[in-house]
Amino acid sequence: MSSYQTHEFDVLVIGAGGAGLRAAIEASSTGQSVGLICKSLLGKAHTVMAEGGMAAAMGNSDDRDDWSTHFADTMRGGQYLNDWRMAELHAKEAPARVRELEAWGAVFDRTQDGKINQRNFGGHKYRRLAHVGDRTGLEMIRTLQDHGIHQGFEVFMEYTVVELLKDGDRIAGAFAYERNHGRFHLFKAKAIILATGGVGRCYKITSNSWEGTGDGHALAYRAGAMMRDMEFLQFHPTGMVWPPSVRGILVTEGVRGEGGILQNSEGRRFMFDDIPDAYTHQTADNEEEGWRYIIGDKEARRPPELLTRDHVARCIVREVREGRGSPHGGVFLNIHWIKEQLKDGSEHIKKKLPSMYHQFMELGGVDITKESMEVGPTTHYVMGGIQVDSETQMSIVPGLFAAGECAGGLHGANRLGGNSLSDLVVFGKRAGEYAAKHAAEQSMPTIDAGRVEEIERHALRPFETGGDGENPFEIQHDLQDMMQERAGIVRTEENLSFALDALTGLRERAARARAYDNRDYNPGWHTALDLDNLLDVSEMIVRSAIERRESRGGHFHDDYPQKCEKHGTWNTVVRMKADGSMERSEQQIPAIREDLQAIIEENQK
Amino acid sequence: MTTTTFRIWRGTGNEGSWEEYPVEISEGMVVLDAIHAIQAKHASDLAVRWNCKAGKCGSCSAEINGNPRLMCMTRMETIDTSQPVTVEPLRAFPRVRDLVTDVSVNFRMKKSVTPFTPRKPDAADGTWRMKQEDVDRVQEFRKCIECFLCQNVCHVLRDHHKQDEFIGPRHFVYTAALEMHPLDTADRVSDLKKTQGIGYCNITKCCTVACPEHIKITDNAIIPLKERVVDEFYDPLTKLFRIFKPRKKTEA
Repeated sequence: MSSYQTHEFDVLVIGAGGAGLRAAIEASSTGQSVGLICKSLLGKAHTVMAEGGMAAAMGNSDDRDDWSTHFADTMRGGQYLNDWRMAELHAKEAPARVRELEAWGAVFDRTQDGKINQRNFGGHKYRRLAHVGDRTGLEMIRTLQDHGIHQGFEVFMEYTVVELLKDGDRIAGAFAYERNHGRFHLFKAKAIILATGGVGRCYKITSNSWEGTGDGHALAYRAGAMMRDMEFLQFHPTGMVWPPSVRGILVTEGVRGEGGILQNSEGRRFMFDDIPDAYTHQTADNEEEGWRYIIGDKEARRPPELLTRDHVARCIVREVREGRGSPHGGVFLNIHWIKEQLKDGSEHIKKKLPSMYHQFMELGGVDITKESMEVGPTTHYVMGGIQVDSETQMSIVPGLFAAGECAGGLHGANRLGGNSLSDLVVFGKRAGEYAAKHAAEQSMPTIDAGRVEEIERHALRPFETGGDGENPFEIQHDLQDMMQERAGIVRTEENLSFALDALTGLRERAARARAYDNRDYNPGWHTALDLDNLLDVSEMIVRSAIERRESRGGHFHDDYPQKCEKHGTWNTVVRMKADGSMERSEQQIPAIREDLQAIIEENQK
Repeated sequence: MTTTTFRIWRGTGNEGSWEEYPVEISEGMVVLDAIHAIQAKHASDLAVRWNCKAGKCGSCSAEINGNPRLMCMTRMETIDTSQPVTVEPLRAFPRVRDLVTDVSVNFRMKKSVTPFTPRKPDAADGTWRMKQEDVDRVQEFRKCIECFLCQNVCHVLRDHHKQDEFIGPRHFVYTAALEMHPLDTADRVSDLKKTQGIGYCNITKCCTVACPEHIKITDNAIIPLKERVVDEFYDPLTKLFRIFKPRKKTEA
C-alpha cells in the first residue's frame, strides 16, 4: 500500500549547495512557489569544502584582467571541449555574482584600497580568485543560506530523492524519502532544478563527502536526459595521503597559490621538468621568477606548480611510479620554504591558510609552517554532467534543469580551480530564473500513481531481502575499489573493459542489498538506495572513457598517451535507450562564434 | 593494531540502551572512522550524521567519553581507551535515533535574527570599500561551522531548556557578525534583550571551550553584545536622554 505525503511547488530545487541555494533564491524572487530539498542539513552541502576561492575577472588585484581573458583561460584549461557559450556567460557574469554575495553579507579578504582581494590559482593568467582565507566555500554557502532563509522558499532537510516522475515527455515531480522517519513524500512540480553536485563516491580515494553519489546525474539519466563528457573526472593533485583515515581529503590549491612548491623524494621541484607547449609562454622556467610571480610581480610568469590540475596530477603520478615518491605514496608539498623569502613566513601561512594549518595539525600531526605535507591525487570533481541549454540550463527533458557540478559543459575536459564556485552562482541564478519562467507557462502536471507505487516498492526492496541479502556497505566498498583501480587517473583499454564487466556483477549484487530494523534514519538502507545511482554513474564514466582513445584533460589513457586532434571535435554523450540499456555516442562541437575564436587566438600569443 | 571497545548509545527516540562493539584501531584513526567500521561490520543501521569528515561542515557532533566533540576531528590517540569509549548523542537536543539528534530548533532560532542590511554602496558601480582590519573581527565569527556544540553545552539550553526565550551562543555569534559587519545598518540590540534572552547568559564560557573553531564566543561576541544592551537600556545618562527625547514613531 502506498502511503506518502504530497507537496506541490511551481519550482522544486533538488540540492542545497551553492547552485541549489542560488537557484532557489532566484526562482523565489519571481513570486513562484519554491521547494528546496537538501540531502543533509541546510548549510552542510559539499560547497562548504571549497577552499581556494571564486574566479571572477573583476580586475581588483590586476587591472589587466577582463572577461575575455577569463574566457580564454577556461577554454584552454578545458582543452576546447567546453560549451563555449557557457564559458562566455560564466566569464561575463561571474563578477556581478561575486558583488551580489557581498551585498548579501559575504566578507571577502580585501586589497590595500579596500576592494575584494583576488589570489593566484592554476591556469588563471591573472590574480582572479575572490577568497576568504582558505574557507571561501563556507563563506559562500553561509551567505546564501542566511540570505535564503528570508526569501520565502520552503526547505526540506535530510530528504533524499529516489526517482523523478514524468507526465508524458515533461517533468512532473520527484519521489523522496525523509531520513528521520523513513517516510515517503511526493513532490509535484512544474519545473525541477537538479543541483546535486558530484560523483566522487564512485571512487575509493576522494575529497567528496558521503553525499557525492551522483544522484542528479543518475536521476536525470533515468528520466531521459542526455549526459555529456562523463569520461572527464578531475583528480585534484593534492589530497592528503596520510594517515589512512584522511586519505583523499583536499589540500587547497591555495597552498600553491601562496607559494607552495612540489618536491619529490630527492628534493627536486619536478614540475619544472614537464611544461606543456600550450603553457610555456606563460610559465616561469626558474625558481626565482616563480617566486616573483607569487609576490605580485606583473613581469614574472607563473611557477609550474600552478599549471592546470590534470597536468599536475599526472606529474605526481609519474614521480611516484618512477620511485621518487614520499614514504606513503605521494609527493611533498612545501609551503614552509617561504620563510626564506618572508620575514614573518610562519604567521603569513597561518593567516592565509588557517584551515590547512588546522587540518594538518589535528589530523596528521604535521606543522605545515615547519614540515612538508605529503600529498597525492584525489577524485575531486566531475566535469561531465547533464547536457543543458547554455542560456537556460534546461535539459532535453522539458522542465528539467540542472546547475553546478551535476550539469556538464562549462569546464570541458578539465576545470580550472576557482571556476566551480563561480559556476554555481552564475548558472544557479540562470537555472532559477528560467525554471521560474518555464513554470509560469505550465499547468500542474499529472502524476502516474502506478509509477509512484512501483518506485516505492523498489525503494523498500532492501527490507524485503532481509537476512539473505548482502551488506550494502560491502558492495559500495567493492565498487569504489574497482573504480579506483580500473577507471581512475591512469586508464587502459584492458582495465576499462574489465570495469565494464565488473559493473554487471556489482549490479547483480546491488539488487540483493539488504536493510534491516526500522526505517528511521537508517544508513544501511540509504546506502542500498545510493547503489543504483553509483552504478549508473560508474557505467557512464567507463563507457565514455573506453571510447576516447586519446589523453586529454582529466582523461589519461595509457594506451593512447597523446592528445589527438580528431578527438577534439566532439563530446561524448550518453543516453538511456528504450530498453533501459546505456547508449554512448559522439556529438560534434558546434562551430565557435568568430569573435570568441579571435579572443582564444589572441590569448594564445 | 589494537582493539578498542566502543560503548554506543543505540535507540529510537528516548527508548534505547548502550551497546558494545569491538573496533580495530589503526594509525591516525578518528572516532568517526570507528563508528563507520561498526556500521560496515556489525550494525548497518547505526545512525550517525556526518558529511565532510574534515572538520568543515559541523555535522558529526557527539559526546565522546562525556566530552562534546566533532567525531571526525577526534583522533583515537587523544582519548582514554583504557575503559570502553562511550559515544552518545548531544544531550541538549531531542534524540532521533542512535547518535542523531533533532537540531532543527537552531534553524528556527536563526530566523529570528534580523538579516544583514547593508548601507548604500560606496562606489558608483555598486561596490563597497572595507579595510582588512575592519573585516578581520567579523571573519572570526564567520568561521563558525554550525556544529551546535556551543548550543549543546550551554546550561541555559541544556539544563534549563529555555529554547523559546534564548537563542544561544551560536546565534549570539551570528548576531555579533552582523552587528560588527562594517556595512550593516540594522539594530538588533532590542531583540537581544527582549526576545533573544541574552541576559540569561552568565558568561561561564562553556561555549568557548567547546568551540572546535576556537572562536572566542564569550569574550569577542557575547560580552560586546551585552555591553551594547547595557549601553542602550541601563546607562543612566542614556535613560535620562531617552525620557526627554521625543519618541520616533517607529519606537511606539
